[in-house]
Amino acid sequence: MKSWNKSKPAILMADQLPAILVLAPLFGAMIIGLAGTKDHKICFPITLASLLVTLVVAVAAAHQVFEHGPIDYFVGGWKEPIGIGIHLHIDSLNVLLLCAIAVVAVLVSFFSIRRIGDKNTEKTPHFYTLYLLLCVGLFGITIAGDAFNLFVLIEVSSLTSYGLIAMGSSKRGAFAAFNYVLMGTVGASFYLLGVGYLYLKTGTLNMVNIRDILSTQPEIAASRAVSIAFLFILVGIWIKMAFFPLYGWLPNAYSYCPSSSACLLAPLMTKVSVYVMIRVMVSVFGLEWVFASPGWSNLVVWLAVIAIVAGSVLAMAQREIKKMLCYLIVAEVGYMVGGAWLADEGLWGLTGALYHILADAAMTLCLFLAAGIFAKRFGAKKITELEGLFKEAPWTAVGFVVGALAMIGVPPTCGFFSKFYLIRGGIDAGHWEYVVALLLSSLINAVLFFRIFEIAYFGNKPAEGHAHAHDDEPAETALPSSEIPTWTGVFPLLVTAAIIILLGIFNGEIVAMIRVVLEDLPNLASRL
Amino acid sequence: MSEFVETVLRPHFNFWVYVILMMIGLWALIAKNNLIKKLIGLSIFQTAIILFYVSMGVKENANIPILDHHGHEEHVVAHAEDGHAGAHDKKAHVEKSDHATGSHGESHPDATSPDPDTMANPLPHVLMLTAIVVGVATLGVALSIVQMIFREYGSLEEDEILEQVKAGNSDG
Amino acid sequence: MLSKVFATIAVVITGGILLYGVSDFPGFGDPHSPANAGVPGQASISQYFITESYGDTKVPNIVTSVLADYRGYDTMFETVVIFAAGMAIFAILRVVGDDSERKPRRKQESSFTNGDHSRIIIGTTCRLLVPVIQLFALYVIAHGHHSPGGGFQGGVILAASFIIIALAENLNSALKRLSETNYLKIACIGILIYAGFGVMCQVLESDFLDYGVLQPILMTDGPEMARSHSMLGVEIGVAFTVTAIMFAIYANLSSRGLLRDGL
Repeated sequence: MKSWNKSKPAILMADQLPAILVLAPLFGAMIIGLAGTKDHKICFPITLASLLVTLVVAVAAAHQVFEHGPIDYFVGGWKEPIGIGIHLHIDSLNVLLLCAIAVVAVLVSFFSIRRIGDKNTEKTPHFYTLYLLLCVGLFGITIAGDAFNLFVLIEVSSLTSYGLIAMGSSKRGAFAAFNYVLMGTVGASFYLLGVGYLYLKTGTLNMVNIRDILSTQPEIAASRAVSIAFLFILVGIWIKMAFFPLYGWLPNAYSYCPSSSACLLAPLMTKVSVYVMIRVMVSVFGLEWVFASPGWSNLVVWLAVIAIVAGSVLAMAQREIKKMLCYLIVAEVGYMVGGAWLADEGLWGLTGALYHILADAAMTLCLFLAAGIFAKRFGAKKITELEGLFKEAPWTAVGFVVGALAMIGVPPTCGFFSKFYLIRGGIDAGHWEYVVALLLSSLINAVLFFRIFEIAYFGNKPAEGHAHAHDDEPAETALPSSEIPTWTGVFPLLVTAAIIILLGIFNGEIVAMIRVVLEDLPNLASRL
Repeated sequence: MSEFVETVLRPHFNFWVYVILMMIGLWALIAKNNLIKKLIGLSIFQTAIILFYVSMGVKENANIPILDHHGHEEHVVAHAEDGHAGAHDKKAHVEKSDHATGSHGESHPDATSPDPDTMANPLPHVLMLTAIVVGVATLGVALSIVQMIFREYGSLEEDEILEQVKAGNSDG
Repeated sequence: MLSKVFATIAVVITGGILLYGVSDFPGFGDPHSPANAGVPGQASISQYFITESYGDTKVPNIVTSVLADYRGYDTMFETVVIFAAGMAIFAILRVVGDDSERKPRRKQESSFTNGDHSRIIIGTTCRLLVPVIQLFALYVIAHGHHSPGGGFQGGVILAASFIIIALAENLNSALKRLSETNYLKIACIGILIYAGFGVMCQVLESDFLDYGVLQPILMTDGPEMARSHSMLGVEIGVAFTVTAIMFAIYANLSSRGLLRDGL
């Protein structure tokens, strides 16, 4: 299938970019399902190949979006009247996220290689099938232009992530996964309910069409059902992104699952949900409608402030590295939701949130990769067990330090610039509590990570005691180091670290790309 | 009371039922201690949404959205036209007379296209077919996780499991 | 106790909000509600489906034509959801590699009527039923264009015929007819059929799932009939996946992932 696509003429390829984006990993997953069970060796090459295809396609799509404007794709050719078919849409709001998903998926696939040496080798093809299907779901969510199609793809990504979290996980992981299933399903159902309310009032499912109707027919836009639709969609997505106070499922689910699953899910799932929220705000309801009454915006920003503070404080209380990182994710989600809801005039808050989606994907990936390497090679899961490990694994240490500095917000990493834009939005909007929360969270992050640096760098304990197995996590006992090709972990880690710095250095260009669509917002509805 | 029934309850009866069903499901989901009962709650919750969607597509006196196919390609009329009496009798009559004059519809393509009011809205059915499938898939995965929990903890009661989790925490 | 208080609060708030919205709804069964008839200035898309879909696709069952053609992209991912669930259940539950446990604990009966006499009735009934169920399943799959039915429904019925074997006899006899390697393969092939139809359209220089361009391959008269036939094709693909995964879910859940003995 892929060879056909490659042999097709370039002009045709350009038209088909959105479809190929989801089809390449889908076909990869099916090939693994068919042939991978016989020969486990082909699983990784196929995964990598199909993900590289998506990476190329995502970059090509970015090129096309910035050269020729947004890409609209109508599946099955059902274009007129609008809404009868399914609409896929790529513009400058989501094209960078597409690239980020592709990059993260490619990098984590290297990290997951070592699973083949694991004791659960029988399930390797199934792991990779789920891995690729998760990518299908995430790409599909990102390019969806149809509200119901978005639900279906949310479910594709949710079901695969349930599988990835629960497979080979520990005693506690099983229960965490169960809670994740319940919460995730309720979240998706709320979203579905909200879409139903919208359909009830507008008679259409196409996002652009809904927005058209809402902006041209004020009595529909002002109706109760539409407000409730927005509320339920919002709460549903908040559950999915673990926004305070709906974050309960996240820390356990991500910290007790296999490292490769955590490295893929932690950077992507919450970020894609944040994107969905922004997409719904911008493309379905329209920012004028969302920010019509300032009370809502203030309420959400306050919630975000609580999320940031609570996430940071709870992170301080953790003894396990991964769990601490999970609570930091909760805080970071607060950054993005708060930024998106600042409603400042220049939309710098929204810009900062969109930039932070990319930055946070890179930072989270970096830290989770480093934590995964520490856990797998040295069996170090608790912060105290890191003693002396920076000397044992200097390259991993470099990656971890870069990720941590970005989390704190030290220039020239991307973490600094995303905070810069968010704070700028906060000041413009007069939300000083948000600015204070951001600064406080940076301070807490600094305390957290410098404590870890101190333990890991200056701690003199020999690293012997680290390799003991944890009985609550049998799937991740440290393997004899001879079996592990070290580069599979360190290579993606260092690439991620480089990306963090590059994102920071080229922040001006990236923000300019993001703002292409935001400056064009009034024309968004009339684009079709 | 009867006024309430007439003006509030009756026109939206299905929607009231869906909300009540959904709340039963949500309550079971949160309050029940047994994991299987939680899943039953989840299923009720999802089914309520299906009821909601299907209720949206209902039209008074309308038939299923399948065209009557008499073997001849162009000769297609709605089921509801075949003597289905109801509020839209007039429209059906108009349609019939149209049909009579427009012989086989090749010159009058409109004559063969059915009156939308005589057929239920097909779109919610399509959407709910998807949602049902998604619900089944979720339930399957959730049940398999429950079996895994039972394998690990030997119990399906949430409080007993949480106790074991706590005990494990203080050990480590 | 605390959870009950919390549940009551959550239920009251959510239910209150939802009921508050209900009073704003159009009346139940109103054919002119926005969902059914559209908003001023724009007809609802369902109006289009009812009036135009036969002309576009030559499929009398509007639900089928919307499901497999207009919203075929959704339906493909719906099949992927099922497939992902099957894979996830395998990944979570399946116990593999323990050879000592592979041997069945109970003595196996090779056919329906061997062994226990009380099984004769069940076995005979089952043997009579299974072909009928399977035939009906094939009818439901193939007749989705003209009556309620299609790949999902037919696939589930087909899977039920295997499950009934597993219930009447034991899981092993069902697995003899549809083994694990085979059902995983069938599930993949089903999605490949569906996506293959879509990609074929792309190869013929059109959009994904634009079945009309398959006319020269399917040798139909007119692109509408090509759409109709392609819909049957993708429904068959859906049926493959659904049959395989439904049986897989039953097999794994009933045997706790050991795939022997069963209930």
